[in-house]
Amino acid sequence: MITPVLAVIGLNTYLHVAALLFALGFIGVLLRKNTLVVFMCLELMLIASTIALAAFSKFNGTLDGNVFVFFILTIAAAEVAVGLAIIVALFRQRHTVQLEELNHLKH
Amino acid sequence: MADLLFYTFAFLTLACAALVVINKNAVNAAMFLIVSLVGVAGLFVLLDAALLAFVLLLVYAGAVVALFLFIIMLLDTTPGAMKPFKAATMIASTVGGALLVVGVLSLYHRAQFPAAAAPVAAPTLKAYAEQLFTTYLLPVQVVGFMLLIAMLGVIVLSKKFAVPEDVS
Repeated sequence: MITPVLAVIGLNTYLHVAALLFALGFIGVLLRKNTLVVFMCLELMLIASTIALAAFSKFNGTLDGNVFVFFILTIAAAEVAVGLAIIVALFRQRHTVQLEELNHLKH
Repeated sequence: MADLLFYTFAFLTLACAALVVINKNAVNAAMFLIVSLVGVAGLFVLLDAALLAFVLLLVYAGAVVALFLFIIMLLDTTPGAMKPFKAATMIASTVGGALLVVGVLSLYHRAQFPAAAAPVAAPTLKAYAEQLFTTYLLPVQVVGFMLLIAMLGVIVLSKKFAVPEDVS
C-alpha cells in the first residue's frame, strides 16, 4: 500500500524537496573548508528557494513567484561574479583558498 | 507518469547536491552541481515554468558553473588534498541541517495551504512580459542597475593595486 505522502504530488512534496535541498546546501557551507565549494553550496541554497517559489506560484495560480525566480537568478549571477572576484583577490594576497588558513583576524 | 518524472528529478537533484557537498575534488563538485541543476530544471518544467527551466540552465549551467570551473582551475590547489572532516564539525553541521529541516517542515505543517492545485493554464511568455513591464517595472530597473554596479565592482576588484606589505 502506498502511503498518502507518496500518492499525491502536491505543494507539500515540492516544499519538502526545497527544504531538503536547502539543508544540504547549509550542511555543505558548514562542513567544507574550500571557499569555492562553500560558494557552490550557497548557490544550492538559493536554488532551493527558487523551487519553493515556483511551487507556490503554480499552486496559487499566480505568476508572482515565477517573476521572483527571475530576480533571484539575476541576483545570483551578479553575486557569483563579485564573489569569485573577491576569492581571486584573496588568493592573490594569501595564496590559499582554504578557510582554516584564512585566520589572520584571529591572531 | 508525472509522478515518476517528479521522483526522478527530485532524486537527481538531491543526490547530486549531496555529492557536491561530499566530493573531495572541486571540479567534480562543479560537475555534480550541473547535474543537480538539470534536476531542478526538470522540476520547473513539471511546475509549468518551462521558461524558468531554460533560463536556469542558460544562466547557471551555462555561465555560473563555467565561471566556477574557470576559477577552480585557475586557483585550486591539488585535488585530493582535502583533509577528512573533523567529527565535531560533521556532527554539528548534520544536527544544524536536521534542525533546519524540522523547523521548516513544522512551519509547513502549521500553515494553511490550498488543498488542491488551482486549475490555471501554464503561464505564457506574454504573461511574464506583461508582469515584468507593468507590476515589476521598478524592480527590473533596479536589478539592471545592480548588474551594472556588480560589473564595475568586479572590474575594480580584479585591478592590481600596489600592495603595501605582504601580511602572510
